[in-house]
Amino acid sequence: MTTTRRTLLKTAGGAALVAAAPSILTSSLSAADNKRIAMIVKNLGNSYFDACANGAKQAADEIGGIEIIYTASAKPTAEDQIAVIDAQIAQKVDGIIVSANDADALVPVGKKAMQRGIKVMSFDSAIAPDGRIVHLSASSTPLIGAKQVQMIGKTLDYKGEVAILSAASTMTNQNAWIEAMKEEWKKPEYKDMPLVATVYGDDQDDKSYREMQGLIKSHPDLKGVISPTTIGIRSGAKAIVDGGLVGKVYITGLGLPSEMKDYVLAGACDTFAIWNPVDYGYASTYIMNDILNGAATAEGSKLSMGSKGETTVGPDGECVMGEPFVFDKSNVEEYAKIF
Amino acid sequence: MNVPVQPGQQDRYTVLDTAPRRLRDFLLSWDVILVILFVLTIVVNSLVSPYFLDVYNLADATSNFSEKAIIALGMALLILVRDIDLSVAAIVALASMGIGYAAEAGWSPTMLFAVGLGIGLLCGVFNGALVTRFRLPSIVVTIGTMSLFRGLTQVILGDQALRSYPQGFLDLGQSYFIPMTETGIPWLFIPPVPLSFLVFLVLALIFGIVLHRTAVGRQLFAIGSNPVAARFSGVPVNRLRFLLFGLSGMLSGLAGALLTARLGSMRSNIAVGWELDIVTMVILGGVSIAGGVGSILGVFLAVLVLGLVTFGMALNNIPGQVISVYIGALLIAVISIPRIFERLRAWRAGR
Repeated sequence: MTTTRRTLLKTAGGAALVAAAPSILTSSLSAADNKRIAMIVKNLGNSYFDACANGAKQAADEIGGIEIIYTASAKPTAEDQIAVIDAQIAQKVDGIIVSANDADALVPVGKKAMQRGIKVMSFDSAIAPDGRIVHLSASSTPLIGAKQVQMIGKTLDYKGEVAILSAASTMTNQNAWIEAMKEEWKKPEYKDMPLVATVYGDDQDDKSYREMQGLIKSHPDLKGVISPTTIGIRSGAKAIVDGGLVGKVYITGLGLPSEMKDYVLAGACDTFAIWNPVDYGYASTYIMNDILNGAATAEGSKLSMGSKGETTVGPDGECVMGEPFVFDKSNVEEYAKIF
Repeated sequence: MNVPVQPGQQDRYTVLDTAPRRLRDFLLSWDVILVILFVLTIVVNSLVSPYFLDVYNLADATSNFSEKAIIALGMALLILVRDIDLSVAAIVALASMGIGYAAEAGWSPTMLFAVGLGIGLLCGVFNGALVTRFRLPSIVVTIGTMSLFRGLTQVILGDQALRSYPQGFLDLGQSYFIPMTETGIPWLFIPPVPLSFLVFLVLALIFGIVLHRTAVGRQLFAIGSNPVAARFSGVPVNRLRFLLFGLSGMLSGLAGALLTARLGSMRSNIAVGWELDIVTMVILGGVSIAGGVGSILGVFLAVLVLGLVTFGMALNNIPGQVISVYIGALLIAVISIPRIFERLRAWRAGR
């Protein structure tokens, strides 16, 4: 094979290439011993993914001997992402970490990479199981549900009426999280903190805002609201601030630091959660490093996530990073700059 | 090429089939500029990246642009006759969806390709009928059908993906059609070739012969230069334009089949934005948007230049946005250089 490739240098492009050949041969010989891990995300210019890449670089510095290549296509489409992955396969990187633009369409290129000895994993947005070794989810349904109830419990000191302001009643994610919340709610510490209503703002700002006002009106003793959607939590917080109810009603849930910063500083929201993209990139890189070092990836195997602990491989190579990351007054401004 | 007839070379009763060939015109011709650009691309890429000149890598690189390149051949002829088809990417999506459903119904790989070609042809005929029967400008018609075909796909599929295809169909898109073959002599071997690139090579050859060596080809140039004069000379202008739209649709359907086989899955956003990549290939290939000028060799070279520039930059981990900027700049530069030369020559002649 090697002979063929070198020969190609002389035959394929004619005289000009012969002149180029010596430098090609030397540069391929002088390739560094560093392990190269490519992090290929959906699109560039997205501060969420930039934060993931920063986490990956942190992990690479800690581990040592790892080079992170952070790249993406111009358009967030499967075809363009495949071209980018092909270029990484061509460079014979050691590992590829992908946030997939299409779970199924990336399977063939993932398989091709693995056939050529490159380890492939996905994070954030999964490749279907055949096209990668493991997928790291930021969190799991039970953890996301439980965390939100714990947060409002802490804020209210486990006393007072609580309602849920969700997205649409048809949304799979939100419904699963609400089920998980109810599971957590069965614990004894929540006995003085009843769930009084669940309303739906359809992930529209104006509707969520009106539903929040309605909740406050129909439940005069309402103390807390959980909103497991970024749109619901920001509209609900705005309704609290606009209604002059800061200190009387608190909202929590899943939100983005950049959108929640003002409401946290105003006091409408004590804590909220979402996964931390820096940790996400960091943990993914540690897992990839483990895989490159030959760690087992069968169901039940443990993989290291550095300072974030370890994760257990589940069915279909699914791994979970941990419970959502909590934001409050102390850190929201810092993360608001990131996402 | 509008080269003035040289006095003394011929009398006024002789009209040459093609302009007389002169070395200076040849060296300044678009195709030669593209050849230089092509060689430059290869040299620079192989100097910068040790991974560029690897037969397998190059084979994979071709599979990322060959489907677009196939459509570009039809687009070149359309632009040559002053038309354009902006619905090509939407036709790819519609054809791909038809293939997806046919595959779920258990059809054979051959039939799946037939479905792709058939849907493509129907869409193309629809475009062609609107343009020629109702005398609507093709840019307006195909912007409309672009939304129509893409919208149909979105309405029918929603957020679903079609992902069950027979293995024989997937192999056509995902393995090398011609495998790497060594002859025992180190410098003599057959490189691996993906089906899509092979199809492109064969089609480019056929298109080149038809356009540059047959009467139909001359008629297309005549339409592009002056449709009214062409009509008065007995060229069936509208029939040819209609056929070109059908052809463009069929090529899109074929590309849709190849792309579906390569991805092994399709969603309504498949091939989104391809129409502009394809028009870029054709324009860089030297086909005049005003019609009447262009060559298949130029389009062929432009396809390779664009494909290898993109691949080479990706090999050096240059982000996609920067590649887009570079290609935009390259297009503008390559298009304006001959104009600048022309101006310069006119200015010198006028002095």
